[in-house]
Amino acid sequence: MKDIAEIRADFPILNRKVYGKPLVYFDNGATTQKPKCVLDAVTEVYESYNGNIHRGVHFLSDMSSEAYEAAREKVRTFINAEKKEEIVFTSGTTGSINGIAFSFGERYIKPGDEIILSCLEHHANIVPWQMMCERKGAVLRVIPINDNGEIILEEYFKLLSSKTRLVSVAQASNALGTLLPLKEIIDAAHSANSPVLIDGAQGIQHGIVDLKTMDCDFYVFSGHKIYGPNGIGVLYGKEKWLSELPPFQGGGDMVDKVTFEKTTYNELPFKFEAGTMNYPGAIGLARALDYVHDIGRDNIASMEKDLLLYATTRLSALKDLILYGRSDRKISTISFLIKDIHQYDTGMILDKMGIAVRTGTHCAQPVMDRYGIDGTVRASLCFYNTKEEIDALCDGIEKVKSMFA
Amino acid sequence: MTINEVQNNIIEEFSMFDDWMDKYNLLIDLGKDLPVIDPKYKVKDFLIEGCQSKVWLRPSYDGNLITFTADSDAIITRGIVALLIKVLSTRKPEEILSADLYFIDKIGLRQNLSPTRSNGLLSMVRQMKLYAMAFNAKSK
Repeated sequence: MKDIAEIRADFPILNRKVYGKPLVYFDNGATTQKPKCVLDAVTEVYESYNGNIHRGVHFLSDMSSEAYEAAREKVRTFINAEKKEEIVFTSGTTGSINGIAFSFGERYIKPGDEIILSCLEHHANIVPWQMMCERKGAVLRVIPINDNGEIILEEYFKLLSSKTRLVSVAQASNALGTLLPLKEIIDAAHSANSPVLIDGAQGIQHGIVDLKTMDCDFYVFSGHKIYGPNGIGVLYGKEKWLSELPPFQGGGDMVDKVTFEKTTYNELPFKFEAGTMNYPGAIGLARALDYVHDIGRDNIASMEKDLLLYATTRLSALKDLILYGRSDRKISTISFLIKDIHQYDTGMILDKMGIAVRTGTHCAQPVMDRYGIDGTVRASLCFYNTKEEIDALCDGIEKVKSMFA
Repeated sequence: MTINEVQNNIIEEFSMFDDWMDKYNLLIDLGKDLPVIDPKYKVKDFLIEGCQSKVWLRPSYDGNLITFTADSDAIITRGIVALLIKVLSTRKPEEILSADLYFIDKIGLRQNLSPTRSNGLLSMVRQMKLYAMAFNAKSK
């Protein structure tokens, strides 16, 4: 297995300085950095075989189409889905959820129907459902959380009813890092005859995702949060759902026959892939998944567990530091505030020390409302981070305290 | 002093520091001189909300000059607000309207004013100009 120095050497950007200080990149929850092999894979598309997919009779188009379909197969094996037809490429998590919310709403939702979300969701898993509910007269129900930032399962079980049409929850909270109890959530929803969408935006990069075991009905994630390029994402849906749902976008490639009277749609998964798809992105994503596979998802999970433990221990020991999200089951994301110091002030000073964190509501305002705060500072770590960087963060926090005292 | 003279003074003051921390320490100190808005006006009507920090801004107009009081929940923001007030407060509406605020860029605080930061500062400049426009129209 590669050691940490070798791993870091794979990511060119980690070597750079900002404001003359070594970069400490703790904003992986927003986007991850890309290993050289991913950058090379995308460059190679443009340098060697760029041609629009599925259309041409020519050599380059064939080569691109083949690489694109190989990327689909790579995603399928990575998440252990049953069929390639169940893997739809999208622009990202937000694109995937918007698509499903639209199609599912059109096909199944009537006034008075209910969609269940959790209080931990980021806006991408709230707003598309809200828009659909407004259009269809349906209602959102929200699973509350406790002070540790964990969803309260008993409350969830009470929300499930014959009105429930879909449950859509995050694999892990982007703001607090809490992992949700997916098995309990999915089993209970299925007992109530409701399908489940799992938003894997903050989950897939931190461990093994096996959809055959998980048994969710839809699973979505973004390429750029798992070391792949930006602008590519995945929508997985069980074939029985995808074949019943109408397309959410119309255009080229998703059609079978087009006349001005009626259009019939292409088969799965192409029915959901209208227009020119981001095939360089998909090919880059496939390379990123290979990279993650080579490092080893077990290894990544255990490295991140170590980092989380070290960071939590060190940060907890700092005076006047308040941690938000104290669940035992977390990804390596830590949300905090320094007592009496605004998160924006903390973030600005840490930035000048070369430490990149996110501040604010993390596009998850309901979570902040739950704690009665305006926002937090979020350090989201991943396997290429180090304990020395956590030490640098702690030093940075002490500096912030001295400046604003 | 004209608006540009005040801006040039600020630029000179900041040029004494190479280190970012010193610049921010200066901002923090400047925040302490801010003519703070009366707490009773810290209400929604005077709130300029950004996603990073909040700014409250209240104008008063004596028929000749506009004076601003303000506050922010973040101290660095308060420092920048204090600078804006130094430059734009106690001015004629037309002066405010025609002001070209180049000092922000020159002292290296541009990132605080870009639209994507959405910390309320860009909106604050816009709001100061809107107040000036409104008072200008009223006095004609």
